Amino acid sequence: MILLGPALFVSALIFTLGVAGVLIRRNAIVIFMCVELMLNAVNLTFVALAQSLGIGGQIFVFFVMAVAAAEAAVGLAIVLAVYRHRATLNLQRINLLKG
Amino acid sequence: MTPTLALFWAFSAVAVGSALLCITRKSPVASALWLVVTLFQIAALFVILDAQFIAVLQVIVYAGAIMVLFLFVIMLLNLGRAGPSDIKGPVGLAVATLLAGAVGLQLFILVRASPSHDLILPAGTLAGAEQTQGMVGLVARPLFGEYLVPFEITSVLLLAAIVGAVVLAKRQL
Repeated sequence: MILLGPALFVSALIFTLGVAGVLIRRNAIVIFMCVELMLNAVNLTFVALAQSLGIGGQIFVFFVMAVAAAEAAVGLAIVLAVYRHRATLNLQRINLLKG
Repeated sequence: MTPTLALFWAFSAVAVGSALLCITRKSPVASALWLVVTLFQIAALFVILDAQFIAVLQVIVYAGAIMVLFLFVIMLLNLGRAGPSDIKGPVGLAVATLLAGAVGLQLFILVRASPSHDLILPAGTLAGAEQTQGMVGLVARPLFGEYLVPFEITSVLLLAAIVGAVVLAKRQL
């Protein structure tokens, strides 16, 4: 069923919630999860537009998922390394790149 | 309102509600579990939008693999119990709401724009292709044809991610 308008509306709402989450939280892992929320909102847009503009949109969702998986693996490894070093995940207190 | 549209709005409402809970819960574990709920609702929306294969991928890859990775790290760092809230103070909250509101406003203006009529496929094109190739074939054929080079580059990206994750997370190489 073609629901372009409603799908884009929901996707904009979820993306906005993701942006709000990144801005209001201080915990690095929760900020990561909010980024995942934004990626999902974008996936919803791709799938909604794929219905009227061709299957390429669904292929791009596939690539977005691959990039999200890679990002989660590397990002969480960085979180682990930082936690081992500083014993906190509060981004307000992690403000130096040097160790 | 057709039953499909009603279902669409029901799943959307749960998705938005659990996304809201995800960004406001204090405990990272609760946040992660609410995010899983959102991901399942989005998978349901994919089914309604005729992308069954992507919906299955969403459940297996996102809700299955990526969120388990998140939960693993949360448990590994022993963040399960809710400590002091990590949500910013009143000033930070006001600034964040303002900025997110601005982004949201821009997106809602963009939503009103519709794609050019030259680009829109004639009605029933995808349904016809689905009849002849099947749902998986519809995605797989262009993936291994037109998009073969990006697909192969993705495999290199994943290899780099594996190596990077091991190098970063290991105490001593």
